[in-house]
This record gives sequence, C-alpha cells and structure tokens, in this order.
Amino acid sequence: MLDLHQYASLGAALTAALDRWPNETCLIEADRDREKVRLTYSDFKEMARPLCRALEDADFKAGDRAAIIMTNQSKWLISAYAIFFCGGVLVPLDYKLSAGEHLQLLAHSKARFLIVEYYLWRAISEAAGFSKLGAEIVLVTEAPAGVDLRGAYRWEEFRRKGDPTLVARQREDTACIVYSSGTGGRAKGCVLTHDAYLEQCTALTAWYPFWPGVRYLSILPTNHAIDFMVGFIGPFVCGACVVHLRTLRPEFVRDAFVRYRITYVSLVPMVLKNLERGFRAKFDELPPKKRWLLDRLIRINKMLTRKKPRVEVSRRLLPQVHKAFGGELRALIVGGAFTDPATMQFFYDLGIPVACGYGLTEACTAVTLNDLKPFRADTVGKPLPGSELRILSPDTEGIGEVAVRSRWLMSHYLDDPELTAQTIVEGWLVTGDQGRFDGNGHLQLFGRKKNMIVTEGGKNIYPEDIESVFDGLGVKEYCVFAANYLWPQKTLGEEMLVLTIRLEQNQQIDDRLREEIVARNRRLADFKRIGGYVLWGKDFPRTASMKIKRAELAAEIGGGAAREQIVEI
Amino acid sequence: MPALDQTLDEVLNLAAAHFKVPREKLAPDDDFFKTLGIDSLQALDLLTRLEHHFRIELPDYELQGVSDFRTLAERIQSRL
Repeated sequence: MLDLHQYASLGAALTAALDRWPNETCLIEADRDREKVRLTYSDFKEMARPLCRALEDADFKAGDRAAIIMTNQSKWLISAYAIFFCGGVLVPLDYKLSAGEHLQLLAHSKARFLIVEYYLWRAISEAAGFSKLGAEIVLVTEAPAGVDLRGAYRWEEFRRKGDPTLVARQREDTACIVYSSGTGGRAKGCVLTHDAYLEQCTALTAWYPFWPGVRYLSILPTNHAIDFMVGFIGPFVCGACVVHLRTLRPEFVRDAFVRYRITYVSLVPMVLKNLERGFRAKFDELPPKKRWLLDRLIRINKMLTRKKPRVEVSRRLLPQVHKAFGGELRALIVGGAFTDPATMQFFYDLGIPVACGYGLTEACTAVTLNDLKPFRADTVGKPLPGSELRILSPDTEGIGEVAVRSRWLMSHYLDDPELTAQTIVEGWLVTGDQGRFDGNGHLQLFGRKKNMIVTEGGKNIYPEDIESVFDGLGVKEYCVFAANYLWPQKTLGEEMLVLTIRLEQNQQIDDRLREEIVARNRRLADFKRIGGYVLWGKDFPRTASMKIKRAELAAEIGGGAAREQIVEI
Repeated sequence: MPALDQTLDEVLNLAAAHFKVPREKLAPDDDFFKTLGIDSLQALDLLTRLEHHFRIELPDYELQGVSDFRTLAERIQSRL
C-alpha cells in the first residue's frame, strides 16, 4: 500500500516521485494522431525547475495563490507542480466557464498569479471587467509570436537558471481552493489541505493501485476534483503515466485507448453512454451468426465474473471488445454525476470493470467507491477506508440525507463562514444528497434535497447561477428550480431546470414571450440551459427584503402543479 | 473560397446526413443540440465530419459556446 506519511505536502510528495522514477514516462500529450510531448519524470523535473526558479524570483511566496485556467495538457501539470514546490495554493478553474465567470472567480480567490492558455487569455482580456483583474503576474501558454499579451508573460519564456528550493508546508496548510459552483450567485471555494489530498490519495490507491507502467487516460478536465486526483496526484506519486489529449473527439479518444494501451480512464456518464452507443451500433452490424456467438460469449463472461472481475479471462473470451480498449484496460472509473446502471452493467458484462463512486468537491474527490467484490451497478459503492458515512433522519425505508466525516473534507468555504457552518455541522459534511445503505454496506442514492442539478457531463448547475439571464423578462416574476427539487423523485436521473413564471394579470403566454425565453436561454452555455417552463398562478412568497422564499415557493409549486405541466422549450 | 452562405448550406447538408434528419427540418439559427437531439460529444463528432469535408482543423475550443449552425459556419469560414 502506498505510504505517504513521510510527506507533509503535495510539493514534497511530488518532488520525491520525480527523483524516484527518473526514467519512467510520466506524461504523454497527443493532439489528434500526433504525439506532441513525451516526458520522463526526469524530463518533467528539468522542465519544472526553471519555472520554480522564476516564480521564486517573482517573489511568489508560501501561501500565495495561483490560478490555472487551461485544458488538459503537460503545462497544466508542470505549472501546478511548480506552484506546490514554491509553497503556493493552487486555484484550478474550469476552462469551460466564460471569461466573465473567470474574472469573477479570480477576484473571489484573490489569486496573485494566473497561468492561462492563450485562447482563454484573449477572451479574458477582452471581457468587461478585465481592468479589475487582480492577478499581478499572468503567464500565458502557447501565445502566437508578435501578439499583444496585455501585460502578461509568455509561459515558455518565464524561466530562470539555478536551483530552486522546495518550500516546506505543513499537512494542515491549504493546498487548493476548488470552486464547486457559484459563478452567478454565491461563490463556493472549497479550501482543501495537503493532508486531505495525501490521505485521499492513499485511500483511493489502496483499492485502485497505480504503479510504473500504468497509463491513465486523462479526459475529464484536470481542474475537476476527480481528474486532479486520479489524473495527476495519484499516478505521479506512484510512478505511473498520464496521457493527455488535446482534442476530445470521440474518434481520437477511441484511438488513444489502443495507441497507448490505457490501464485506467475516468469518465463522466455522457462519455460512457457515447462509448456504449458505439459498441451497440457495431454489435448490431454483425451478421446473425456472429451476433449469436457474441451474445453467448457475453453470457458466459457474465457467469464467470458474477462474484468478481476476471479481466484476463474476459480478455480471452471477448478479445475484439478488449482490443478496442487497447487490451490492457483494468477499469473504467465513473463519477461526477448519476450514471445509468444499465450502461455500467453493459460494460461489466463485456468484462470491463466499472468503478462507480460518489464524491463531492467539498470532500476532495470520492467518499464511496465500488470495490467490485462483487460489482454492483445499482449502488455507488462502499465508503473508502478513511471516510465515515451516516444517514441523517432516515425514513421508514432507511432513506435520509447523506453526511460524511473524513480527514479529506474541505476545511471551509473560502470567506464564507455562514455557508461553511450550514454545510459542515459538528465535523460532518451534510451533502444534500438522499441515500441509504443496503445490507452489504453499499450506498444507494435517491435524489437530492438541494435545489440543483448535476448534468451528465458532471457539471453542478445551481438555478441561482443562471437566473440572471432572464432579468427583465416581460412577466410579473419568475424563478428557476431543479425539476426534481419541485417534484422529488427517488432517482438522480431525469434532471432538468425549469423556469417558473408568474404572469401579469390578464397576461397570456404568447409566441413572442416564448421566443424571448428561448433566445435568452441560448445565451447560456448548452449544459446550463433550462429545459422548460411552468406557469404559476399565485404571487411568489417573499421576505421582508423582497427576496423570493425559494423553499416555500418550491413547496407550493410542488404541491399545486404537476411535473407534466412543464412546457418543454 | 466559398461564400459564407455556401459554407452554411454545406454545414446544414452534412449535419442532416450525419444525423439522418430531413434537411428541410434544419434552419441556420437552430440550436443544433436541440434540433438534432444530440449531446456535446455527438456535436464533436459532427465537427470531425466537417473538418474532413472542408479540409481544415478546428480546435475543440472553437466549438465552445457555439450552439447554432450559423456561428459554426462562421468559425469554419474563418479558417478556409
């Protein structure tokens, strides 16, 4: 089992790894079918040290915050390592946010340094509010020659000669501030310590180990809690290799499995479904005799893997399927959102283990994971060693709100003691998710108590964050809700946002209003859009300061209207 | 270099063929996620098809925030 006790910080643990496996490949970066970068741990160290020295010279000190806004690529990991080496606090931001949202979170995090890809920097520097950017030093990667960088430095030239000094940090010091949401409303910056990451890493690798020679395909954004842990920290401290793709077109992702003989990959449900669709289409094209044979072999494989995965046997039984995944895949790790059990079962039946888990940014990465003993598509697995779970106020079926206690919980939300106090109660993180334990200690989830949705792409969307797009809509009042919050269902599927509308007296909904709603909805990123609207015939309950009482309104609408009244747009 | 209108027309034709929907059901300002009933990965698949057709390379980020055929055609046009 991986032992990280001797290390007090991510900087120390990663530095030791770079020295321990100098000749192992740690990073491959490919763009389409072209390999752009291949680094050993020793190469990685040689690339990072001049950046560390340059950061030192720029007076980057212990505890200083540095944000990264980049797609998955080698410079992301090199920069993150340099930040940790210099004792800094990493603020990984989602590159898919808009420039305005980036500026908002940069301001909230008070990052002194910013490391950003050129195309994202271009958008940020053209956005309203750019003049208020607080970052003192900005490093831009891959900027074309001759362009005006608006005061930023070129990442590739921000290098100094000499030996940098590893800055010691303590386990309880902050390693990262990770935003779980809040671009439109209340920013939720989860403050996570070095201890949280090192302990979580030890727990995860106890069940799904990495070792030199393992190749992890990094498809989820590295700013996401899952990929940061299993696509960077985990493989690096164990001497494994991370494979980055600059384009996530399904055809290149499929090729990468084969070309790099991938061992593990983490996926959000949307990608898993896409893979399933591809396989099913191929199966359907088979001539009847071959199809009959395939079905028989799948049935035999199911029988042989009922109690536990037997990857070697499955590879022999269904070689074509396994070859499509490169022949060395040990598990598909799935998380970030609700995954259809049928999809997971489909892959498991083909002999490809699916490790489904449950986690929150507030809890570093994962708190439960399927240990595959046996595989259970209907649960999100068992608590990882080191995390304790309990069900608050269970009903007669044992279903209640899930609470978590662990060393890897966030210490607090950045600059928000009130929200922290609501979320961590007497050491327990109150998740807002509804669940129960079955007789075998597996956690099953049954919807949410909170007003939010998680998309199949793994994005948390809070209604408050998108509501402003409807500002000034020609109706009396409106409010956005998660449909499952209005009409609770004991499932995490069928999630959508709905706009609830109270019309003016004598006002009718007409084509113009409908078009206005559609047009405004389209200003939102596709994964943030509302799915429909519901008309409500009463005034919204409001507080003395005229804020909508959301919970009260939700209860009224949930009781007085039916889900079927949603008009899809 | 073809005009934008021609590029847009070719984009619509290819999208219709790729996702097997009648061409007349697609309009330039349609939200293609909605009209075609596709997710962002399927949209990336379409992008690959378009790249082959127009013999260009479009980075994934060019599609970020794009959800209608017209803007997509404009992004393609800028690289022709």
